[in-house]
Amino acid sequence: MKIIYTDSLVVGAGLAGLRVAIASKERGLDTVVLSLIPAKRSHSAAAQGGMQASLGNTVKGMGDDEDVHFQDTVKGSDWGCDQDVARMFAHCAPKAVRELANWGVPWSRITAGDRQVVVNAEKVTITEAEKAHGLINARDFGGTKKWRTCYTADGTGHSLLYAVDNKAIEMDIPVHERIEALSLIHDGKRCHGVIARCLITGELRAYIGKATTIATGGYGRIYEVSTNAIICEGIGQALALDTGVATLGNMEAVQFHPTAIVPVGILTTEGCRGDGGLLRDKDGHRFMPDYEPEKKELASRDVVSRRMTEHMRKGKGVDSPYGPHLWLDITLLGRKHVETNLREVKEICENFLGIDPAKDWIPVRPTQHYSMGGIRTNATGESPQLTGLFSVGEAACWDMHGFNRLGGNSLAETVVGGMIIGKYVADFCEKNTLEINTGEIEASMSKMQHEIDELLVGKGTENVFEIKLAMQRIMMDYVGIFRNGTELEKAVTELKDLLTRSKNIGLKCKKRHANPELVEALRVPRMLRVALTVACGANARTESRGAHAREDYPQRNDKEWLNRTLSTWPDENALEPKLSYEQLDVMKMELPPGYRGYGNDNAVAHPDTAAREAQIADILAELGDDADRFDKQAAIMPFDLPETLRPRNERLSDTVSVSGEK
Amino acid sequence: MSSPRTISFEIFRYDPQDPNDKPKMVTYEITEAPGMTVFIALNLLREQQDPSLQFDFVCRAGICGSCAMVINGKPTLACRTLTANFPDGKIKLMPLPGFELIGDLSVNTGKFMRELAERLQLWLQPDSNDIDIHRLENPMDPAEAAKLYELERCVECGVCVSACATKQMKDTFVGAVGMMKIARFEMDSRDTRTAEDFYHVIGNQDGVFGCMTLLGCQDACPKDLPHMQQIAYLRRKMAQTIVSC
Repeated sequence: MKIIYTDSLVVGAGLAGLRVAIASKERGLDTVVLSLIPAKRSHSAAAQGGMQASLGNTVKGMGDDEDVHFQDTVKGSDWGCDQDVARMFAHCAPKAVRELANWGVPWSRITAGDRQVVVNAEKVTITEAEKAHGLINARDFGGTKKWRTCYTADGTGHSLLYAVDNKAIEMDIPVHERIEALSLIHDGKRCHGVIARCLITGELRAYIGKATTIATGGYGRIYEVSTNAIICEGIGQALALDTGVATLGNMEAVQFHPTAIVPVGILTTEGCRGDGGLLRDKDGHRFMPDYEPEKKELASRDVVSRRMTEHMRKGKGVDSPYGPHLWLDITLLGRKHVETNLREVKEICENFLGIDPAKDWIPVRPTQHYSMGGIRTNATGESPQLTGLFSVGEAACWDMHGFNRLGGNSLAETVVGGMIIGKYVADFCEKNTLEINTGEIEASMSKMQHEIDELLVGKGTENVFEIKLAMQRIMMDYVGIFRNGTELEKAVTELKDLLTRSKNIGLKCKKRHANPELVEALRVPRMLRVALTVACGANARTESRGAHAREDYPQRNDKEWLNRTLSTWPDENALEPKLSYEQLDVMKMELPPGYRGYGNDNAVAHPDTAAREAQIADILAELGDDADRFDKQAAIMPFDLPETLRPRNERLSDTVSVSGEK
Repeated sequence: MSSPRTISFEIFRYDPQDPNDKPKMVTYEITEAPGMTVFIALNLLREQQDPSLQFDFVCRAGICGSCAMVINGKPTLACRTLTANFPDGKIKLMPLPGFELIGDLSVNTGKFMRELAERLQLWLQPDSNDIDIHRLENPMDPAEAAKLYELERCVECGVCVSACATKQMKDTFVGAVGMMKIARFEMDSRDTRTAEDFYHVIGNQDGVFGCMTLLGCQDACPKDLPHMQQIAYLRRKMAQTIVSC
């Protein structure tokens, strides 16, 4: 039995995982990262548009700060997020951007003077301050009050991932590539590591660590059409779920991105709309102002996706062999802009559609994009049920996104979350010793060995690829953008049937090493359990919040549903998760639930909202007029951070007077 | 409308871990669908005809670089190669040469790239790591930032390595990918290494002076990176270093 020991074990080598590994190694801890693929191939590389951080360098970002970023994030989440976490995040985002500049990211920079931009389909001239010349630029993104999304052309994720992985290489952090973690080693209270399989040799290994951090990304591939890389299959969430102890949070919160190309579902960045691109219907009509006169194309993602679906349901979609779609028009931005700032988009259009987006419209439709749900953690990134199990990035429900994530907040979460949680992981490793119970390790190992043996020698008859596709279609058809009780019931019933069938998978390829069919056979039942947490959670939540839109319950019901769904898997033979709920405490919120700014305000108010608003008014009155925004914030909702991350962020407006400057 | 055509895939098959296996070419047939890419076709072949078929895809969108393979003689990204590009409907797939073979079409580019990065120290080496992240960042020339990003667009797919005759003959040659990255850090005003420092790494037959300028790297690069320009730039820099000594 091969056992590898370390201090800080990280599963997943995307931005979040690598950032945690770096934080561990910085403290002198032995660190090992496991990855399905080479680190630089991680799905983090696909983030095109950028990351939000309230630097406030550009003229369109003047006046931006942590408070505004926090408010945008909470409203974006439809009040489903953890406000402490949103505060920690907004405070550290500028630090992460600046740290990344020091690690080599060539952030797009501001050129002083006049430049032309497209705002609301019109060319406008903006003038950047002399003092801002050479500082980090930001572009507009949906759901934000200020231009806050820092970027490198439209390859921000690529640029960040390469810088962070280079840093990890410099620090000599080993990444064990082509290794798949398949179960957690735990005693019901404390996590000790993982059992993992080498995808080349088939060897099973136990990796033992003081802390185990899961940073495996989202679960988009339980859907048939997704913008996610094909490795985003939810196995990290399944690892936690299969302990029967650790909980997953808000699994039904699944975001659809408005502009993925048809039919393959590859994303074109929100930066297209942020930079001035428009959505058009089959008549060439720009329809978003009809639905959202204020925010138009730059309404929150879940809102735009639903409006597009609504519009297509009215027969305004463009017919295609793959069903109706709409058009994304970026021709008005001009060829130069498309070929520099939206270059990936141009390549995608050329290679997959054979069109030139500087002169042709792009066929798009809303497509599964992001998993707000994940492994439930507390504010320090640790599972409340399983000590030593941490999770970060899209794999986690930390939970700064609530029921809808803002564009530019996912890439930001990977590096900001990694920065914060990395320090807590390192603290944990320093305070705890390695606990080794070889009996427990052996038991976990033989269980996994048994599962593999059963698949290889068993007499099963089910085809794993067929089961997988059936699951993906059920999720697409019945657990999509608009949901209702009838369809969700159907999804649950059919997924349970598939889970039963998955116990009888038969393999044609009997190789113990490098066997793609065996890899699928190990994944699919795990994916089905994850899919059931999504479908069951969605079926139970009889309200609409953020990306979770129930046609039969259109109201956001703060009175009954201002809570987080928790799922656990009762036992191996169970066919559905056990759901419970964690209440969000309005009396502790800095920003009590209110109107989100889209459509009719149809929310059913929480009884505590008025009381909390009055309490906040009292706190502010007591502080008096001399209090600054930091004093007010601290009085309303104090939050904690590792000490080295507490200092305030300096901004251009703190150092010079920039107003009125040319 | 004419009925969809049948296309044939002739695929290299070999499992280096199986002592009894020998390399061979196996032909598969599949019905073409509109917009079909080699990614879609290979997945269908694996799901419907041969579940043991090994190949690598991650992003399937031309972003991650994992799926490079030799398609009808040319190294390129399989995910964004449309089957419609081949009028005779015959597609021959081979693994990228120059890398450790994992099996069939899958090669270990990750191991290669990590070793290259360690050997050439391909990370930013600033004056000091002690920069205050709570304060305003250092300004940078906007044109320089844009230029660095242009060179940074490499996805480490390995196509340039496979398309390089020098690399095929000389295993220690750093290849276009190594030089592109060196050029990226050489041009970065934040990096304190001098041309002399880089000379020690690539001012030899394993580096700029080993390149035969056949430019397979530039012709095949799926990201259209300006390899020719960078190699010429580095040569000039390295030559100047010798002259100035």
